[in-house]
Amino acid sequence: MNYQDWLRADRLPHIYCAGCGNGTVINCTLNAVNQIGWAPEDTVFVSGIGCSSRAPGYIITDSLHTTHGRAIPFATGVKLSRPDLHVVVFTGDGDLASIGGNHFIHGCRRNIDLTVVCMNNYIYGMTGGQGSPCTPLGAVTTTTPYGCHEPPFDLASLAVAAGANYVSRWTSYHVQELTRAVKAGLETPGFSLIEAVVQCPTGYGRRNKLREAQDMIAWMRDHAVLLKRWKRMEEEGTPHDPTTFPVGEFVRRNLPVTGVPK
Amino acid sequence: MTRLEFMQGNTACAEGALAAGCRFYGGYPITPSTEIAEHMARKMPKIGGVFAQMEDELASIASVIGASWTGARAMTATSGPGFSLMMENIGYAVMTETPCVVVDVQRGGPSTGQPTRASQGDMMQCRFGSHGDMSIIAVSPASVQEMYELTAEAFNLADRYRVPAFVMTDEIIGHMRERIEVPDSVEIVPRRPLEKGALPFAPGEDDVPGFPAFGHGYGVHVTGLTHDDRGYPSSTDPHVHERLVRRLVGKVEGANREIADYEVTNPDAEVVFVSYGAPARSVAQAVRDLDDERVGHLRLKVVWPFPDFALAAFKNARVFLVPELNLGQIEREIARHTAVPVVPISEIGGELHTPQRLIATAEGYL
Ligand SMILES: Cc1ncc(C[n+]2csc(CCOP(=O)(O)OP(=O)(O)O)c2C)c(N)n1
Ligand code: SF4
Repeated sequence: MNYQDWLRADRLPHIYCAGCGNGTVINCTLNAVNQIGWAPEDTVFVSGIGCSSRAPGYIITDSLHTTHGRAIPFATGVKLSRPDLHVVVFTGDGDLASIGGNHFIHGCRRNIDLTVVCMNNYIYGMTGGQGSPCTPLGAVTTTTPYGCHEPPFDLASLAVAAGANYVSRWTSYHVQELTRAVKAGLETPGFSLIEAVVQCPTGYGRRNKLREAQDMIAWMRDHAVLLKRWKRMEEEGTPHDPTTFPVGEFVRRNLPVTGVPK
Repeated sequence: MTRLEFMQGNTACAEGALAAGCRFYGGYPITPSTEIAEHMARKMPKIGGVFAQMEDELASIASVIGASWTGARAMTATSGPGFSLMMENIGYAVMTETPCVVVDVQRGGPSTGQPTRASQGDMMQCRFGSHGDMSIIAVSPASVQEMYELTAEAFNLADRYRVPAFVMTDEIIGHMRERIEVPDSVEIVPRRPLEKGALPFAPGEDDVPGFPAFGHGYGVHVTGLTHDDRGYPSSTDPHVHERLVRRLVGKVEGANREIADYEVTNPDAEVVFVSYGAPARSVAQAVRDLDDERVGHLRLKVVWPFPDFALAAFKNARVFLVPELNLGQIEREIARHTAVPVVPISEIGGELHTPQRLIATAEGYL
């Protein structure tokens, strides 16, 4: 199979805006699934609500497009009931960390065998660009018109602290790395979080001097710091530029898991 | 062959579910439903089923719906506050036609109210608590025996109509212990699978589509958005929405007579008690003590869809007396369906109506 064979051709065109980063993440994920060689009938995609959560609707497998924030517990039910199925969750930063925050940390704690791909565009895209728990300090959104004054969640660190077995963060600029990370997540038993920072030109870029999709991709390229380097800076006592963020593999480990075939 | 046992209502509920083939339980502790979860936690692993203690009630019902899509019979149990938390996902189950069983062991509300006292205050919540137009099925046991039987039956109804089915019980029935006859097996009406090649949400003959379980190559897309027969979102077309929602309501309301389950005592009566759940026990005693053919009893084992036609069984009725553990929920539903006066007999706070009170009320109308 080619990764394009996983797309539900009769549902195109999709609803995403021109330049949206979500398409890149869907492609990377399907490439990863395809490389592993899973059969579509053994693979289930689950999502909550948001632009990112529309992804399963474009994939030919069985899929559940659920309620806002609840993708992980729905996926948990599928996985516990049929541990032989491969279950992949698509979610957004609002879906995962805000309304779904409790389910997120408990999914990590249970270390349930799911692969969660979070498209973090720093805002609520589908409802028109409001601030999310991941909006950077100072960023302008429709609900932070004077600049966001609350500190954001660091999704990857949160997942590590809560007990996930595999955690990576990349961006839609890092297509190869992102695909490899999703593949590693799929292959690691237990909870895997792959955070993909993506551009939302419509909701985020437009208000934050990154009007064109390529402006934000360039911004991600310039502000993503490889985790190794990030840690080395810490060891050296070099302060991080607060507009930068680390990318790479945060953890890959073998804590006890739930939801794997006996 | 049946086996006699002395059992608590909540245990009987769990046992009825297991007998019906329930193999997934997702729940969160809350009084007075907790013994159901505890019993499931003990039993499920021994029979290859799954017990999951979820992080809250939103997750509990979500996990149940997820499990149901793999084809499993799945259930959760809760009480008032937890029931309220489930409402959004209950609407999702209705919209996606996901069979599942939700047990509400009702306690006194509003809010955290009376955790250890009985009520029937959630009867309207189960019917109308989630947003949008919908129909569901609700049974209401009046004994430990019926906790077993009606819970098992709820799974059949859920699968048959692809709809959430509720066991609307209360603290009295949940916590009381009675002798029950445990049958060797219960009747199981399995979910009808979707025929290969058929569209997953096309109405079919009786408005209930076959079920395309995950992992069988159907490639079905399930969404809570308004969807067409293929399951694809189509949320701005008024015709698609109207056709879908009318079918979801119609498949349950249209089967009202098929789903209905009730008992009629003294059909020629002039003064008629209508009851469900625990108060039915006091009514039965009152009717026995009165020993007067002018006093009758309509006892509902299925409350939703409301069997309005059953009221017509009492041709001579001059008044319907409705004892409930709330300030009049099903009483209002009865009043919608009859020109005969309907009188609520409310009891809130946790005590059951005494037969004496019911007798005195009935005598006032004779
Ligand atoms: C219970 C509930 N609250 C609010 C909403 C409205 N809503 C729809 S999408 C969304 C935000 C989605 O943001 P995110 O998860 O970041 O995804 P994105 O659209 O940015 O990909 C919200 C708040 C909803 N559907 N359900
Ligand atoms: S609003 Fe943003 S996230 Fe949603 S489709 Fe448009 S660009 Fe993508």
